Amino acid sequence: MKAGLRDWLTTEAPGSRRQAMAGRLYGAGLALLGNPLAVLGGLIVLLLVLVAAFAPWLAPESPVGQDLGRRLLPPSAEHWMGTDELGRDILSRVIWGARITLMIVALVAVIAAPVGLIVGAVSGYFGGWIDRVLMGLTDVFLSMPKLILALAFAAALGPGIENAVIAIAITTWPAYARIARAETLTIRNAEFIAATRLLGASHLRIIGLHILPLCTSSMIIRVTLDMAGIILTAAGLGFLGLGAQPPLPEWGAMISRGRAFILDQWWVATMPGFAIIVVSLGFCFLGDGLRDALDPKGRK
Amino acid sequence: MAASFSPAPFRSRAALVQAAKGVAEFVAITAVTFLGLLALTFFIGRVVPIDPVLAVVGDRATPEQYEAARVAMGLDRPLLVQFASYVWDVLRGDLGMSVSTNKPVAEDLLRVFPATLEMATIGIVIGVALGVPMGVIAAARQGIWVDQTIRVLALTGYSVPAFWLGLVGLAVFYAGLGWVSGPGRMGIFYDGIVAPWSGLLLLDAALAGEWEVFRSAVSHIVLPAAILGFFALAYIARMTRSFMLDQLSQEFVTTARVKGVPEWRVIWVHAFRPIRVQLITVIGLSYAGLLEGSVMIETVFSWPGIGNYLTTALFNADMNAVLGATLVIGAVFIGINRISDVLYRVLDPRSRS
Repeated sequence: MKAGLRDWLTTEAPGSRRQAMAGRLYGAGLALLGNPLAVLGGLIVLLLVLVAAFAPWLAPESPVGQDLGRRLLPPSAEHWMGTDELGRDILSRVIWGARITLMIVALVAVIAAPVGLIVGAVSGYFGGWIDRVLMGLTDVFLSMPKLILALAFAAALGPGIENAVIAIAITTWPAYARIARAETLTIRNAEFIAATRLLGASHLRIIGLHILPLCTSSMIIRVTLDMAGIILTAAGLGFLGLGAQPPLPEWGAMISRGRAFILDQWWVATMPGFAIIVVSLGFCFLGDGLRDALDPKGRK
Repeated sequence: MAASFSPAPFRSRAALVQAAKGVAEFVAITAVTFLGLLALTFFIGRVVPIDPVLAVVGDRATPEQYEAARVAMGLDRPLLVQFASYVWDVLRGDLGMSVSTNKPVAEDLLRVFPATLEMATIGIVIGVALGVPMGVIAAARQGIWVDQTIRVLALTGYSVPAFWLGLVGLAVFYAGLGWVSGPGRMGIFYDGIVAPWSGLLLLDAALAGEWEVFRSAVSHIVLPAAILGFFALAYIARMTRSFMLDQLSQEFVTTARVKGVPEWRVIWVHAFRPIRVQLITVIGLSYAGLLEGSVMIETVFSWPGIGNYLTTALFNADMNAVLGATLVIGAVFIGINRISDVLYRVLDPRSRS
């Protein structure tokens, strides 16, 4: 039975689209599992999702409950990461902060990836002046310093987590547009696209059903690799007071609060930083692994 | 006679036309990119805020000040006219007044920029000096522990928040070990001893022969510059490794090995030489990236550069200063990228026709 399933997955001549896709996923999954760093990265990302989902049950205390009687306590058996200047348990705040981080990266991905995908696909598919205008715009955005641009946008929009998400999304979409355009250019003149067109399919149908799906794998790789940068930018905005506002337990904002105590009560600023590093590294490892597993061009 | 002395690349008329086309294309792309940057800062300053006047004068302004600013900013005119006059102002070097320093933003930026330049330059020197050899060694020892260590170190550079590393560095090397000085550019006793000439404190102090000041400045700059250098190193080492791996899998490398060329020569001469041009682009990109990354580092180290100026302006809601600093950082960023692009084309024989 087990061998039968594997044969079905690895067959050279899949009988249906579903079978071909399952086979591809199986192959990529195997390649991914053979890469220890990628597995580690995947586990970290999974951990982030689980911690975010079960934060109320995992956190020993409330992330906003103040107790001035026990402020700035060092890490101990009772408070694994110590307490902050308002007597809040830092571990609990880091756990709740996972939700904010996950929400930010998910929102940025949900906004920026489709925008970039559509701009790039339209640009590559139609070519001509549409391509020149759209890619000119993309290149202008691409040649700007991303962090500074996000800072300026966040400053103009006003502080807040939603505005931080918008500011970061504005700076991330152009890279996706470039990738989608490159992919589209390689597919555009393929015979199956010509055949679909002869069957009377509209441009919208060809782009939506035939081109966009083929861009997804390179998109997933790029988005995963970008996650670390997005997390760092979001934390940076939080650190400067432009992102999540107090008392939200956003990691960057927590480091900013701990800045005043860094020389004596080092744990207040340090602990949220470790969370940022672990999660960013996780996305980096996973992204590298996905690229090796999914991207046929990167294979040696 | 004169014709035989014409520079080598322009031997034929066609080559000259080709070169002229290249220059024209370069100028056009650069101009469009700068115009795009201006359009973005204009958009951020005048269109995004709900009330751009309030963003400039701040909420403590009287109604008269508000009205004066509104007229001065020409907000009653069509958007395109406003943009044209904005571009004209910037070209003349007028970036508006800063409400927090009460000086023209352009003057402020000119004053603070050398501090950033000094730190980023030392950072990139550290990044290149360590990053390139590390990348080459990692590629030469692909797969074993040296390679794995360097790879993970490089990936750490993509995952550590710069401001966090700055704080931890201060806690460890300043408060803990006492190896370096704390925030700021020099000890408070030395302030004002050296008259700024280039604005680069190390250079000015050395030229004035004030070695006490020089020592103080070195012990202040070493930590923030080293942290910037670490981020440059991460990127440079990663790119160097991947370029080297490409070269080492080429056939000419195998040929050299078969001929019995010593391994160090294969790596440092045969494989390394061809990637030097690619590295210029990488180093340029990473230098530009450091100017940007210094925003966070300067804020943590109270370093009186453009990044600190930008974040201070953010806290004071001083929008003219924010946009001016954004514009200057963006322009330098684009400028460095364009220059490294040109260098690449000039130096790489494969990109010539």
